[in-house]
Amino acid sequence: MTSTRPALALAGPVLAGLALLAACSGPTASRDDDPATQAPTAGELRVAVISHGTAGDAFWNVVKNGATAAGEQLGVAVDYHSDGDPARQATLVDNAVSQRVGGIVVSLANPDALKTSVQNAVRAGIPVITINSGSGRSAEFGALAHVGQEEDVAGEQAGRRLREAGRGKLLCVIHEAGNIGLDQRCDGARTGFGGTATTLQVDINNPTDVEARIKGALQTDTSVDAVLALNPQVAVSAVNAVKGASSRAAVATFDLNGDVTDAIKAGDVLFAVDQQQYEQGYLPIVMLKLHHDNANTVGGGRPVLTGPGFVDRSNVDRVAEYAERGTR
Amino acid sequence: MKRAATGTRTAALDRLVARPEVGALLGALLVFAFFSVTTERFLSTAGVATWLDDASTLGIMAVAVALLMVGGEFDLSAGVLTASTALVTAVLATELGWNTWAALPVSLVFALAVGVLNGWLVVRTGLPSFIVTLGTFLALQGLNLGVTRLVTGTVQVSGMRSADGYASAGYLFASTVDVGGTAFPVSILWWLLATAVASVVLLRTGFGNRVFAVGGSAAAARAVGVPVLRTKVALFTTTAFAAWLVGTTNVLRFAGVQANQGIGLEFQYIVAAVIGGCLLTGGFGSAVGAALGALIFGMARQGIVYANWDSDWFQLFLGAMLLAAVLVNNALRRRAERVRP
Repeated sequence: MTSTRPALALAGPVLAGLALLAACSGPTASRDDDPATQAPTAGELRVAVISHGTAGDAFWNVVKNGATAAGEQLGVAVDYHSDGDPARQATLVDNAVSQRVGGIVVSLANPDALKTSVQNAVRAGIPVITINSGSGRSAEFGALAHVGQEEDVAGEQAGRRLREAGRGKLLCVIHEAGNIGLDQRCDGARTGFGGTATTLQVDINNPTDVEARIKGALQTDTSVDAVLALNPQVAVSAVNAVKGASSRAAVATFDLNGDVTDAIKAGDVLFAVDQQQYEQGYLPIVMLKLHHDNANTVGGGRPVLTGPGFVDRSNVDRVAEYAERGTR
Repeated sequence: MKRAATGTRTAALDRLVARPEVGALLGALLVFAFFSVTTERFLSTAGVATWLDDASTLGIMAVAVALLMVGGEFDLSAGVLTASTALVTAVLATELGWNTWAALPVSLVFALAVGVLNGWLVVRTGLPSFIVTLGTFLALQGLNLGVTRLVTGTVQVSGMRSADGYASAGYLFASTVDVGGTAFPVSILWWLLATAVASVVLLRTGFGNRVFAVGGSAAAARAVGVPVLRTKVALFTTTAFAAWLVGTTNVLRFAGVQANQGIGLEFQYIVAAVIGGCLLTGGFGSAVGAALGALIFGMARQGIVYANWDSDWFQLFLGAMLLAAVLVNNALRRRAERVRP
């Protein structure tokens, strides 16, 4: 070995450091301070949005877009972070508190795990708004407001619509093993549907598996004539599975994306329950901005509901172009 | 590495670079310095508490996994086992109304049984531990979800806070220590303790020598009378014990557990151990290095947030970090082999 070897040995950490330096820096909000058009502001506001979505999840991308757009329009610096593991999501909340952000927006998929971190944030004087799930615990933790959809209500309405479409046997597809909201949707759907309803567990991270399992379930029980997907990616797989199994089942889904709107246009999907999650990103930023500049609160202690809205053949065209650009 | 000091500077340097954790130490210093300089709050007490917290549970596992990897084996079931043990504790305490102190030994016995099963299967069948523990991993994943839904009708077990003995058990595993007005989770202390114990066992005891021996060459170790089965079972059991400790910390701290927790973490443990100088082929590595690897993880994961970067890039950074660490370790090890008498 020559004497240049130690230098090579040091190259590794240096390269790692360069990899760090190469990453992009965060969003900086553009501000136009025209006193005539703006309410007086109480200085710079930075908001951390912390969700339980996995990186690259289409649904949460729309929430992120909503928060980012509101931040740009209102001159609020918005950071978005997500971790599906409740312990690490709690750590991200702690992180935001230690950064002394001006507001925290957090999804409560696992309220118990986040309780301490959220309460610490409130105790530190940071206004917190909960989104998407956990409306029942939001006020207890000291949050300003909750923005989201009541899962059981939405599920019930979806089940009822399928019943009204003359369906008799429902398969409800759960795509995340740890998410309580998905169970609530299926329970609600069962209540609203009134007929026989079974659940099927699939893994959202593996589209092939999703399609194969739904297909298998449809082939095993040919009397199933309705499939309720709880996620647009699963809905697309369900449509393929229905075709592959030559089943006559109607597919309905929660949440939207471009593929789902196309499928609704084509008649492959009956309807989509739209919780308009763009608002779950957008509204909390507005609410925190109002609270910051004007000490306002919104919602009167009740959840601010963003859904359920329904998208079917009657209104799909208008919604489709918005889904295409990632805001529906 | 107990060579007589020759007193020359090169010999001292040689001894230093021959240590497996030196690459991780360099990396940790670099990441620490980088985020301390570029971000405002990384170095505040609240900031330090956050990234140490993030590193602690990963670190406890990484240290145990490092011992196992020095012994020449993998454990892919370690991540899911953290959730399984937590689920056993939570189900007993919340569904059956047991005292937390009665539930904890049961989940510990369950964890140790999984560890013994892993070790026994690996040694007795001669199959790679990669395959055996992959089987355990999948089985536990199904068990977690199936049993949780069967018992609770949902996919989370919550309500630990109302269980008997929660407060006293929580004091031991999930409390916080106040340092200068900032709350530091007690899991950081457990992590330091685990690192110290593992390091002493590995470097200062007969068992540690046997671990290096079975990892270096199981056949040769067997030939000179090292009990391979007992050593490897002890290592798998240690990993399972660490998983129980982390699972207990999580379930008490977060007062509940999700059925899908822990999946995918097993690779993070391995990555942390590898950054810390462990070889995939066994026979070489360090507990302190693995703890440093976990520290790099924690600092990077939270540092990226403090720097207000898009967290989408975290995995890219991690990949670069891993490759860099492996390159460094490789270069240093070659050098170490050259200077060995």
